[in-house]
Amino acid sequence: MPQEWLYTIVFLAWLAGAAMFVIGLHQMNSPATARDGNRVSAVGMAIAVGTTLLYLATRPEGLPMAAWLIILVGFGIGGGAGLYMARNVQMTAMPQLVSLFNAVGGGAAALVAVDDYIHVVGTPAGSVSTAVFVVLGAVIGCVTFTGSLVAAGKLQGLISGKPMNVPGGRLVTIALALVAAGGFVVLVLGAAEAIGLDSTASTFVLGAVIAAGLLFGITMVLPIGGADMPVVISLLNSFTGTAAAMAGFVIGNPVLIIAGALVGASGGILTKLMADAMNRSIRNIIAGGFGGGEGTVPIFTESGGSVRAVTPDDVAIQLAYASSVIIVPGYGLAVAQAQHAVRELAELLEARGVDVKYAIHPVAGRMPGHMNVLLAEANVPYPQLKEMEEINPEFDRADVALVIGANDVTNPAARRPGSPVSGMPILDVDHARSIVVIKRSMGRGYAGIDNELYTNPKTGMLFADAKAGLAELISAVKAV
Amino acid sequence: MNPELLSALAIFTLAILVGFEVISKVPATLHTPLMSGANSIHGIVLVGGMLIAAEARDPLSYVLAFVAVVFGAANVVGGYVVTDRMLQMFRKKPAAPKAAAVEGE
Repeated sequence: MPQEWLYTIVFLAWLAGAAMFVIGLHQMNSPATARDGNRVSAVGMAIAVGTTLLYLATRPEGLPMAAWLIILVGFGIGGGAGLYMARNVQMTAMPQLVSLFNAVGGGAAALVAVDDYIHVVGTPAGSVSTAVFVVLGAVIGCVTFTGSLVAAGKLQGLISGKPMNVPGGRLVTIALALVAAGGFVVLVLGAAEAIGLDSTASTFVLGAVIAAGLLFGITMVLPIGGADMPVVISLLNSFTGTAAAMAGFVIGNPVLIIAGALVGASGGILTKLMADAMNRSIRNIIAGGFGGGEGTVPIFTESGGSVRAVTPDDVAIQLAYASSVIIVPGYGLAVAQAQHAVRELAELLEARGVDVKYAIHPVAGRMPGHMNVLLAEANVPYPQLKEMEEINPEFDRADVALVIGANDVTNPAARRPGSPVSGMPILDVDHARSIVVIKRSMGRGYAGIDNELYTNPKTGMLFADAKAGLAELISAVKAV
Repeated sequence: MNPELLSALAIFTLAILVGFEVISKVPATLHTPLMSGANSIHGIVLVGGMLIAAEARDPLSYVLAFVAVVFGAANVVGGYVVTDRMLQMFRKKPAAPKAAAVEGE
């Protein structure tokens, strides 16, 4: 009887943890409550993990010494490594760290599934449904493990950000998917005893399924360009959630099922939102070949219109005597780590009575919302950061729009049909009275097309690296 | 199918719907912290790692459980800490310059 009571209490604690995940995610709706939301979710996690340990330790059969060692030493090593990386990562490297954590989460889900399979196969517990969930969990976990590692490698620059063709192309990917699907069917039929499958044969098939899953993750992500990585990471995040839920089905644990399903659904929605903001369909992204990432070779405009180059002194005078300036930061600013410099320039201008605002495109930076984090880190007050819908009408009243390292999201060609960026929501930078663009060269953005903004007669081009250009501007403004 | 599996499927379906509802209201500015926050939640697979560790009786299982616990713990601890680091920066007013210098440099 006490044992039954104990399990009831543990079950209720798991349920409380799951509820706190939902409440925590809900509180992430607004910047004001987001931090508390994350903490509520963390407390829910602590409750779920803590009661699990308590439950295992107080079972009549107890917890063997080896298990204690595995749990405590493993938690110490994994938790310590996670803590160290999370504390020390540069804010610009955030997307690859999220991807790395996603990879290990997927790997853990796959390992749990594999271990369960080994223990249930050939036993009475080895029902058909168990086989289904175990194999699904193992495959999805393996795909996310390698896929997320490749994505992180691309963002870190360890693997080329350019779309890479796998030898054999899509056929290899399709063949791998067929191997995984075929293995799945064989294992499930084996569990249903529709076909004779001894434990050696089933281990061999499971090994093939795992290998196919691991390779599939690599061949799926390699051909996708660096610019699309955030969407891919979000998709893989959703996969990991699903893999965790599958593991939950196998061990009959409600908190794993609820948390996994929550993440699976939220990751799916988030992936769609991100793809929408970039005007890309998820299918299109997975098909690959678009978005060269950082490796884009500078190409000079071959067609139409001339550009007007300006000096830092010209721009400084323009900015210093403006009454309202809108700064448009983009990917180039993040790459050049120029967020502190931009804040310094803004403060200088504000001291002169200029009204300064930041226009943040939903996909500015390397991930949606990334630019807000980078500017917040540089101590830019949050209310100065304006979202696209809010700032667009204000460009009509702005004296100067200062575009730093942003490209496709400012291209007026998006308003007309027939261009690769058509239909993409853009910032109405061309509505400002005057436009200054800080850019290293006339190089193209991810979309690989020329930006009509640069040939606009109102636009002055300041050719410089974002950080160096801003430093020159700061000293020029000080001298005005 | 047994009743436990059926109720687990019901829980799964409802949790998916809750996930859709909760997330579709988050503004774009919070997408990065949100992705990171959701990422830490699937670290719950650590519980799965602990449960297989408790049943491990042979070297292969010891290794599988150990790696699963290490991975899961890195996911959970790292995920929450990094999300918190991001979110603490979303503040209305700039922090004191001193604190900023320590944090930023």
